[in-house]
Amino acid sequence: MLEIKNLTANIDNKTILNGIDLVVPDGEIHAIMGPNGSGKSTLSYVLSGREGYDVTGGTATFDGADLLDMEPEARAAAGLFLAFQYPVELPGVNNANFLRTALNAQRRARGEAELDAVAFLKLSRAEAKRLSMPDDMLKRNVNVGFSGGEKKRNEVLQMAVLRPRLAILDETDSGLDIDALKIVADGVNALRGPNFSALVITHYQRLLDYIVPDRVHVLASGRIIRSGGPELAHQLEAHGYAAIVAEAA
Amino acid sequence: MAAIAETLDAVQAVTDGGYKWGFSTDIEMDMAPKGLNEDIIRLISSRKDEPAWLLDWRLKSYAAWLKTEEPDWAKIKHPPIDYQDLHYYAAPKKKPGPKSLDEVDPELLRTYERLGIPLRERAILAGVEGAEDERPPIAIDAVFDSVSVATTFRSTLAKSGVIFCPISEAVRDHPELVRKYLGSVVPAGDNYFAALNSAVFTDGSFVYIPKGVRCPMELSTYFRINARNTGQFERTLIIAEEGAYVSYLEGCTAPQRDENQLHAAVVELIVFDDAQIKYSTVQNWYPGDANGKGGIYNFVTKRGACRGARSKISWTQVETGSAITWKYPSCILQGDDSVGEFYSVAVTTNHQQADTGTKMIHIGRNTRSTIVSKGISAGKSNNTYRGLVRVLPKAHGARNHTQCDSLLIGDQCGAHTVPYIESRNPTAKLEHEATTSKIADDQLFYCRQRGLSQEDAVGLIVNGFCKDVLKELPMEFAVEAQKLLAISLEGSVG
Repeated sequence: MLEIKNLTANIDNKTILNGIDLVVPDGEIHAIMGPNGSGKSTLSYVLSGREGYDVTGGTATFDGADLLDMEPEARAAAGLFLAFQYPVELPGVNNANFLRTALNAQRRARGEAELDAVAFLKLSRAEAKRLSMPDDMLKRNVNVGFSGGEKKRNEVLQMAVLRPRLAILDETDSGLDIDALKIVADGVNALRGPNFSALVITHYQRLLDYIVPDRVHVLASGRIIRSGGPELAHQLEAHGYAAIVAEAA
Repeated sequence: MAAIAETLDAVQAVTDGGYKWGFSTDIEMDMAPKGLNEDIIRLISSRKDEPAWLLDWRLKSYAAWLKTEEPDWAKIKHPPIDYQDLHYYAAPKKKPGPKSLDEVDPELLRTYERLGIPLRERAILAGVEGAEDERPPIAIDAVFDSVSVATTFRSTLAKSGVIFCPISEAVRDHPELVRKYLGSVVPAGDNYFAALNSAVFTDGSFVYIPKGVRCPMELSTYFRINARNTGQFERTLIIAEEGAYVSYLEGCTAPQRDENQLHAAVVELIVFDDAQIKYSTVQNWYPGDANGKGGIYNFVTKRGACRGARSKISWTQVETGSAITWKYPSCILQGDDSVGEFYSVAVTTNHQQADTGTKMIHIGRNTRSTIVSKGISAGKSNNTYRGLVRVLPKAHGARNHTQCDSLLIGDQCGAHTVPYIESRNPTAKLEHEATTSKIADDQLFYCRQRGLSQEDAVGLIVNGFCKDVLKELPMEFAVEAQKLLAISLEGSVG
């Protein structure tokens, strides 16, 4: 379970997160929506431990462990996965190799046995097939020369293989056509279960037609100003953010 | 994939971040007095029972050296080297040229064992000691300071007519070959350091592959500088007759010492029609400490002559060591349709300086060359690629492709690319591509978010950057090189 209490954070002394309170119980998928500059991406980076963000107050725990005190790789090993808004290219680094190294690093950190090459190949191929991704995606270099859609699908493939307990999807839907959007949604839905939870960050209702959230939160000026069920997303789509922001102010 | 995992293991194994080959061996040495003059050269020559022609050649080289100036065009800085303050001959006290490993000083064998170099061919041949020995055998010449202490698998090689022995022995046993080819690619007065080497070289490897023979195993030489205040001047000569093939590897390490040590080697390769030499180096001389104290000054002249039609020379080097590297393995593409290749990874950290590259001289028709250079700079180091592609008037249809990539880690290091391109034939096609990049914070974060530690992430990114070169190395060496890259760059980020 992810528990965030009164979390505040700065970038270059400018307050971006302004007291976030959020609880995501195991098994639930929560959507975070909000206008540009509301702090959505900052929240995902602060939770995953990217440098350059100063946490100035509050707490964030995952299953009781203090996330903010952990190195990024330790958070990953604890089960936190961030699907990047802009996946990074790693020239010369084979995708399958990267993924296996990552998986085994996590398994080692958790005291689990590492996967050998054969077992890994079987697993990764099966996941790629399930997500209707071509096999050669695993053979290419990490994100190099991938189209925008391919990059996002690669994030989903990584997520499927790494099997996180908490996934944060940072605008994974942006720039995707409807077919790719369905693949991404299928990837998340396949992981749904009592031991999986997700924070889906998005601008648009569209993605939430395919990943139906348990809760929807509206983020504005670094705070959650409204929470509700899936119907809140439809309301936002119909009336825009301005009305809700004005109402909350 | 296993190689990457091993890289990671290697990083974990070396927790002190030090140079793990830095130990020294306590062994009784036979040393010449310090200094360089004609008497010292005569002494070296007499210790080695050399014929008069060789002594003559040494003395002429010495005269040439006296008339030459130390080159100053490379982007390197160092205090003047006092050539009179060095020992030019240092040999373990034992009669030279042991007949078998049993005659080799056990202390020396232990040294090579600690370096992970298997000199005990018996165990490998018998294949008794587990998985380690399933790999194909590699014949090894081990050079300790000035002399070769052991050469393995010589009888196996002799059956196919391959000669693999210390060059001092070749002078004795195959004088006609040595006399014919020594200095034929790198003449005695070629440059300051080559002249010095020609005057005082003490040992090195000699390889002769007869016509039509594919050398049945990889040949390898491991160089070890041990003695204090000595220079190491080895000489390697490899000849591949018509249709012959050999893959040759060299590795080098040295103890960790506060003072700088001089290494000035010369390597000459000669290939005839349809023959090929693949020459791989993993250079890991002591690079000096974090403050730039100590380390090897590595001034090396390596050159190959593709004398025959369709002949090929391929240089692959992974350079992580030395305080200073000055080295330009080159190909003279004389035979029609001959091919030259240069694949290089040069890593500099702390205060290391590397000025390295290649020369491709196109003389024959349809000669082709490929240059792939990957420079990685970290800390306060300077890393320069310096390469010459020259096409002479008769080299119709000559082609070159050069790819030079630099990777910067941190903001206090330098990467420089200095290509020289000269074409005197209008049909030549020459391409040069160069890139400079940094390991970006977002790349590191991406890897760490997936569960990799910072060090592992750097290792992965660097190995990816070097992939085009590492894949040219023989398997065994590629694994070693990957480990070395990870260890060399440990602690350079963050």
